[in-house]
Amino acid sequence: MNQTLLLSIVLAPLFGSIIAGLFGNQVGRVWAHRVAVYGVGIAFVLSVWVLKLVAIDGETYNQQVYQWLQSGSLSLEVGFMVDALTAMMMVVVTFVSLMVHIYTIGYMQDDDGYARFFSYISLFTFSMLMLVMANNFMQLFFGWEAVGLVSYLLIGFWYKKPTAIFANLKAFLVNRVGDFGFLLGIAGVLMYAGSLDYVEVFAQAPAISEQSIAIFAGHDWSVMSLICILLFIGAMGKSAQVPLHVWLPNSMEGPTPISALIHAATMVTAGIFMVTRMSPLFEFSETALSFVLVIGSITALFMGFLGLIQNDIKRVIAYSTLSQLGYMTVALGASAYSAGVFHLMTHAFFKALLFLGAGSVIMAMHHEQDIRKMGGLKKYMPITYWTALIGSLALIGFPGLSGFFSKDSIIEAVHASEIAGSNFAYFAVVVGVFVTALYSFRLFFLVFHGKERFKIDGHHLPHESPAVVTVPLILLAIPSVISGYLIGSMVFGDFFGNAIVVHANHDVLAEHAESYHGVLSFMLHGLTALPFWLAMAGVATAYYLYMMRPDIPTKLQQRFNWLFRILDNKYGFDSFNQTVFAGGARSFGHLLWQVGDRLLIDGFIVNGAAKTVGFTSKVVRHVQSGYLYHYAFAMIIGLYLLLTFFVA
Amino acid sequence: MIALSDFLILGALLFSLSVAGIFINRKNIIILLMCIELMLLAVNLNFIAFAHFSGDIAGQVFVFFILTVAAAEAAIGLAILVVLFRNIHTINVADLDKLKG
Repeated sequence: MNQTLLLSIVLAPLFGSIIAGLFGNQVGRVWAHRVAVYGVGIAFVLSVWVLKLVAIDGETYNQQVYQWLQSGSLSLEVGFMVDALTAMMMVVVTFVSLMVHIYTIGYMQDDDGYARFFSYISLFTFSMLMLVMANNFMQLFFGWEAVGLVSYLLIGFWYKKPTAIFANLKAFLVNRVGDFGFLLGIAGVLMYAGSLDYVEVFAQAPAISEQSIAIFAGHDWSVMSLICILLFIGAMGKSAQVPLHVWLPNSMEGPTPISALIHAATMVTAGIFMVTRMSPLFEFSETALSFVLVIGSITALFMGFLGLIQNDIKRVIAYSTLSQLGYMTVALGASAYSAGVFHLMTHAFFKALLFLGAGSVIMAMHHEQDIRKMGGLKKYMPITYWTALIGSLALIGFPGLSGFFSKDSIIEAVHASEIAGSNFAYFAVVVGVFVTALYSFRLFFLVFHGKERFKIDGHHLPHESPAVVTVPLILLAIPSVISGYLIGSMVFGDFFGNAIVVHANHDVLAEHAESYHGVLSFMLHGLTALPFWLAMAGVATAYYLYMMRPDIPTKLQQRFNWLFRILDNKYGFDSFNQTVFAGGARSFGHLLWQVGDRLLIDGFIVNGAAKTVGFTSKVVRHVQSGYLYHYAFAMIIGLYLLLTFFVA
Repeated sequence: MIALSDFLILGALLFSLSVAGIFINRKNIIILLMCIELMLLAVNLNFIAFAHFSGDIAGQVFVFFILTVAAAEAAIGLAILVVLFRNIHTINVADLDKLKG
């Protein structure tokens, strides 16, 4: 593995982005998507090569590529660290990105911003690769902010739509809150470790963990807990954990391909990746791990409930993403980092698949997103139907599909975990399985089965999407099925090697590794376990409620109106933020504007100064009569005064 | 014998008269110029008186310079006056308030 190889992986998408973005008009639409697809394609092929080098040949890489600046002992560098974790992320990111690039050719066909869109998603691929390949906190932060920027640009891609502008501003602001914590965490790392390099920082972790800091006088906090919680706040923003999750549902205002790429498969998992990368730090703080665990389980359970009542096809999947991100976070909190990352990978495949499938449905429905106005699409769109079925089954954890392995390993890990909050987390993830199955198959049945509730305008029957759309669906369906079989090496094996550090006293996966005897027995065991039956119950409930007795959900809604209202208001997070933070900031701004700006600065300082001058001159002007004799008199008087003063 | 103080009192009287003339006169700008001349003459008188009583000839030499300057000043002043009259057709002091802000 050498520097040229890694640089090519990173720079190929950047090159594509620059060509498509700056020269989109010159090269035309076809070449704009060609350079972007080729750039990402090159990155994908080389990433697979890197994965082969890491996984099979056992190579790793950790070197500085470029020194950006040196200030005292602080050195800001660009460098790459490639180990199993990075290589896996690189392959996932470039693969999903490549699929989305190809899909976009069909999805964005008629859009005016065609070249711009390709430029953005290629830029995203570049930023995400920089993030996962970083070997220091500075570059991590660069990638972190760059993916945030691209996310902002893409949510507001249709910048003439007011809701899209609202959504991208919201995403940007909420992420600022998280990034503030993240930046403080990095500052803490720099302060206590004196370096931003991963290896150097991790080497000092034991020393840092013994120190404490008094933030408020008399309360000593463990430095490691503080740093880890601050870093995790960054992850909460990026990975949309309660209470910083509010931006993700709104981000569905963007075009569907980016919902798949950025807001489901890759960018939102950056927080999960980051915590995993920081596992040598997090392992030293049980407080931080408990915090992570509790936040994750709240997200996993309560965001799932919200998916039950949404009617927008993309929003249902968005809440499902939130809930699944919660699962990953729970895994991190239970120190089952490899299970979390494993779920990250399988989730990236099947969630991208579901989103792209939703996009395909939306295209067929002429940009109608309300699932109440769909139904019976199975016979019109067979490829979308079957791939969506695979995606949904993988999502609910049907045995044999990828989601089953990753989700089950998380549930088992949480079950074995003994840190504070693990009982609640176990409850949340188990109930979450039922909820996941219920909302997934509610969506699935409402869209593909039952009566055709859409209006057919003349001869425009819904039809299957073109090949550029369906081929990525099929290509994503394959890893959605088979990637789960990697569980043996990724979760219970030593695939990640030194990339993930777990202390022996919370190594919940080790116990399971002993009882793990191959994929088949894991599946057989899964068939008898509670989560499987809960998932099946969820599917059955969905079938009963939405296929056989569609009148029941309406009745339930009327009967439990208060509950429906709570869910419909999304537990009031949005209205709370709107009134308290947005409203508070606005009234504070209004106060500053009226009192500070208009009264004090404008009224008192600016206009006040002018008025004082005006008033003084008004008085003084009377002296200036214009008559010579008045001036002469003044001179004489002056002379007289001077004489008396100096002579007398 | 006329004492120095008598000369000085006369000079002061002349000076005060001319100053008063400048202030009180509201009619004619020529009177204003004449008052300035008178002022200079009062000063000259003081110079001569001091020169005589202190026996220093320099004071009298100064008087010649002052007379020369006064003559030049009168010539320029009158010339300005002529131009002024051509422009605004009056030499009434009360009308000359162009300097008013």
